[in-house]
Amino acid sequence: MILGKVIGNVVSTIKLPVYQGYKILIVQPVNDREESQGESVLALDTVQAGVGDTVLVIDEGNSSRLIMNNSTAPVRTMIVGIVDAIK
Amino acid sequence: MKLGKVIGNVVCTQKVESFQDIKLLLLQPLNEKLEEIGDPVVACDTVQAGINDIVFYEGGREAALGLKNWFNPSDLTIMGIVDQVNIGE
Repeated sequence: MILGKVIGNVVSTIKLPVYQGYKILIVQPVNDREESQGESVLALDTVQAGVGDTVLVIDEGNSSRLIMNNSTAPVRTMIVGIVDAIK
Repeated sequence: MKLGKVIGNVVCTQKVESFQDIKLLLLQPLNEKLEEIGDPVVACDTVQAGINDIVFYEGGREAALGLKNWFNPSDLTIMGIVDQVNIGE
């Protein structure tokens, strides 16, 4: 899992049916001091995160398929938690 | 998932059987500000995207799962067409 900051969202009408009903957010990976690191990625949202939130992101397909309860979903990156504090 | 822009298509007659009837598109990867990053790549199309469309795509094992026949060697597949990208509040 990686830490990231939500910096925006993507609107898409035409997409694969498994993506239907999920919000797509743009996540900027951050380090432990919440400084930006590397390129941004798009992630499916499962926790109703919003812009500015620090979030927990999984970047691994099998975990995402488990969460979606769909063993064949072509989804890898997913937001699975909103971070309250990093100590 | 990453953002990209369709900049062309790739026509290929001789290809592996699992790629029959699959459209191949040339994609320019973009960042969140829709600025070009890196070199163009070739991706399989599942959503009938066209030239100049902004799309999002997935790589790795998930790229293969995006096509109808899962037993294929795709490593980049377009998953959807982007209508709008919003940055900030």
